[in-house]
Amino acid sequence: MRRIERLFRTLYFAVPAVLWSVTPLQCALADFPVSYLHGNGSKAYPVVSLTWGLLAISFIVIVIVGALLTWGIIAKRARARDIAATPVGRSGGGTQWLIWGTGISTVALFGSLVWTVAVLADINGPPSKPTVTIEITGQQWWWRARYLSDDVSRIVTTANEIHIPAGQPVRIKLIGADVIHSFWVPALTGKTDTIPGQTNTMWLEADKPGIYRGPCTEYCGAQHAHMTAFVVADPPDVFKAWWDGQIAPASAPADEQEARGQVGFVFHCGACHTVRGTEAGGTVAPELTHLMTRKTIAAGTLDNIPSNLAGWIANPQGVKPGTNMPAPGLSGQEVADITAYLETLR
Amino acid sequence: MTTLDIERRPEIAKVSEAERARLLKIWETRPGLAGFLSTVDHKEIGLRYIVTAFIFLILGGAEALVMRVQLARPEQSLLTPEQYNQLFSMHGMTMIFLYALPVLSGFSNYLWPLLLGARDMAFPRLNAFSYWIYVAAGIFMYAGFSIGAGPNDGWFNYVPYASRQFNPGMNMDFYALGMIFLGISTSVGAANFIVTVLRTRAPGMSINRLPILIWGTLTASAANILVVPAVSLAFFLLWMDRQFGTHFFDVANGGQPLLWQHLFWIFGHPWVYAIVLPAMGMVSDGLPVFCRRPIVGYTPVALSTVATMVLGFGVWVHHMFATGMPNLALSFFSGASIVIAVPSAVAVFAWLATIWSGRPVITTAFLFFASMVALFVIGGVSGFMTGSLPVDWQLTDTYFVVAHLHYVLIGINVFPVVGALYFWFPKFTGRMLDERLGQLNFWTMFVGFNVAFLPMHLTGLWGMPRRVYTYPEGMGWDWLNLITSAGSFLFALGVLLLIVNIAVSLRRGKFAGANPWDAPTLEWAVPSPPPPYNFDVIPHVASRHPLWEDRLEESEARTSLTEGYLLDHGRETIGTTPMDGDIDLILKMPEDSYAPFALTVAVAAFFVALLLHWWWLAAAGGLLTVGAIMVWLWPEHDLGQTADAGHD
Repeated sequence: MRRIERLFRTLYFAVPAVLWSVTPLQCALADFPVSYLHGNGSKAYPVVSLTWGLLAISFIVIVIVGALLTWGIIAKRARARDIAATPVGRSGGGTQWLIWGTGISTVALFGSLVWTVAVLADINGPPSKPTVTIEITGQQWWWRARYLSDDVSRIVTTANEIHIPAGQPVRIKLIGADVIHSFWVPALTGKTDTIPGQTNTMWLEADKPGIYRGPCTEYCGAQHAHMTAFVVADPPDVFKAWWDGQIAPASAPADEQEARGQVGFVFHCGACHTVRGTEAGGTVAPELTHLMTRKTIAAGTLDNIPSNLAGWIANPQGVKPGTNMPAPGLSGQEVADITAYLETLR
Repeated sequence: MTTLDIERRPEIAKVSEAERARLLKIWETRPGLAGFLSTVDHKEIGLRYIVTAFIFLILGGAEALVMRVQLARPEQSLLTPEQYNQLFSMHGMTMIFLYALPVLSGFSNYLWPLLLGARDMAFPRLNAFSYWIYVAAGIFMYAGFSIGAGPNDGWFNYVPYASRQFNPGMNMDFYALGMIFLGISTSVGAANFIVTVLRTRAPGMSINRLPILIWGTLTASAANILVVPAVSLAFFLLWMDRQFGTHFFDVANGGQPLLWQHLFWIFGHPWVYAIVLPAMGMVSDGLPVFCRRPIVGYTPVALSTVATMVLGFGVWVHHMFATGMPNLALSFFSGASIVIAVPSAVAVFAWLATIWSGRPVITTAFLFFASMVALFVIGGVSGFMTGSLPVDWQLTDTYFVVAHLHYVLIGINVFPVVGALYFWFPKFTGRMLDERLGQLNFWTMFVGFNVAFLPMHLTGLWGMPRRVYTYPEGMGWDWLNLITSAGSFLFALGVLLLIVNIAVSLRRGKFAGANPWDAPTLEWAVPSPPPPYNFDVIPHVASRHPLWEDRLEESEARTSLTEGYLLDHGRETIGTTPMDGDIDLILKMPEDSYAPFALTVAVAAFFVALLLHWWWLAAAGGLLTVGAIMVWLWPEHDLGQTADAGHD
């Protein structure tokens, strides 16, 4: 048993190792941020190996059958074009094909099944106790992330960009708020749906720091295409500093425009969005207390730069048609003020 | 003649010209609109099925092309998200429900009685009814789409997105009622096939002599009878939730979103086999004709057809691997999804062996059938990958699955169907399709298809999610999508060439004669196109290959085609025993009838009324339905249904 296990372990790591040694391929794969042909964590590696293994088996099967088919047609084809001129008969030997073909296929399928179950056992639970538990809610069309803690004062909510400590397994609880979505970070973990009425749990781990992209993968309505989560793996000390920073309330506006912007924000946006330290306390839309620590807005739709922020506030339906954020009907001045205020939310 | 003579011994005879004229008079459908609305001829109905299904194929294809323009480049805005979402939902619904099964039903309707040596299906009026309901349900769902209320939640229609809260328009009501409506057609059609194969085979046609197409359609029909109720129920519960506030899927009141998924996929996965097994049967019957030998491994291939379906009932959860069910439970379904490839391997190696031990004559039909073997293997291995649970957690809901399902549905349904069209078109029309145009047609479709869908596997492996109306730059998907879009237009051009070939050959094609391919089965024993009564006399079958008996020399016995039961006391065919095909009784067949059409109109009125909440019309439609059924079922003396009929 132990030997079989060792064999599988070798297989897991041999395939990616061989591929990884081919540098051009490594470079090429880096250009594909959502590819699952490579991974970055202890949950991903066995699956990547299995994926490559099954791809290899599939490829071999296609080549063999394709060759037999083409070769058979060319080698055996009748000279005459006239079908009635080609004699009918029952030449023997065909049954051997069935026995050997089905036999070999069955062995290959059974081997794949054993490999599948071995990988499943391997990734079923995290290798060590998770250090962080994050409750992630899929909503039309963004991701809410709530960092859980026994110390209530450390519980904090953010959106779309989910920071985790690199090198440590993280537990994820998945909740559905409205319709079904699916949480997926290809480089780290396969998909688990967020389903209203049930809580799914899964785990993931990133073995080195980086930003890992994860599009929603269950069709969820008009803006299913614009619902991206980013898992940001930080070195553990950076992660701790980030969490501490998120707990802090927003800083007060520094000048007159920012102050006007804050008033406008609370008035126009506060029913849906929260900025802690102000009267804006809505919970149906992303929490914005530290908006400027995020790299994108509208769940990965736009880069988080002032011009995009202003455009998004002025006309959300133009950027993301169907989004639940209504057009607030702001004047140009109000947009500028609110944008200036949002830029202070660091 | 006031009493019936169903207890008579039918006369065994050869047919004279005068008797042929008599049979023609008995079986002929009236010309004009009256005949059009009342015919119950399985050949007429079969052709209508095929033509209608091709119209839906073209509509679904046009929808796909519009989507491919939108997706050719990143961040395009040709379509709004809502338009795109309706298009991909309509495309899936059209291809899966309104093309893939109906086209196979069409071929089976046309061919079954001819293959079995019968004069019609067991229930000719039910056959007409099944077709009319299919057309009406198709129009019903397209009516929704044409007013901007087509389904917009995919063909799979997951709740809660399909619930009224998130989907307040009429889109889902059109879809839900349309699917229940269509389910009537599928169910009665399936029942008709099952009874036909069990009871109306020619004497001597024991079950081990059935063509594989019959096995395929029989298996698919048995499955449909079992699974269509699940999906009809699911859509009915959804409609109740939407209209009357029941809570089957309503989470806030204890409903279960996963209930929908179970009900849908318990239906959905067997359905996938239902729309490929008959097509595999076409290849198993057609390919050997061009290889000039019987198929290798008839019995394993027939049994693998049934085995696939049986296993197919135990794999539905592989559509739900990511729903958070316990891994132990999921692993059983993962195992079943991998093991189901074994019977498919039997079929593939049987086809390969048939080619290797035969002398393939390369015609267009052969090319379509043979290429299906390759496409089947590609679609099969990608399916086996999705069966592996940990890999599926990555693959599912990406373009890898889109590539996979198109290799399955185009590779194992469209290619065999087009092959079957080249093969049986001479039987349908009396004329051959053009071979030169046919080869061009084949290569355009084959190259176009693979250019479109082979790179799509990579699009999926590189992470592109399904059902997105647009995608960002820089993900590595740009050029792959451009290639796919180009390939899809080439494929469409191939389909266009097929239509051109049909249009040209209908008028100018070479005359075919009864058996242009020198094929072995019974349909080739009758003229092309066959007369309304199919066979002069009911043949007596002595082997699996009635027309090759002299050459295969497998036994002394010979099938009798010209001398047999002469059934000419009104519309009649022979009833035989289910297993051995021994003669049992004479079946009286109904005349042409308006009842199927009238019943369809009544049922359609009922569904339209439910949609619009016109309850008075619903009541009227319901009453009309009952009335039409009563007229239909009213005992008829000529069918031996009245009390005096049996007692001479």
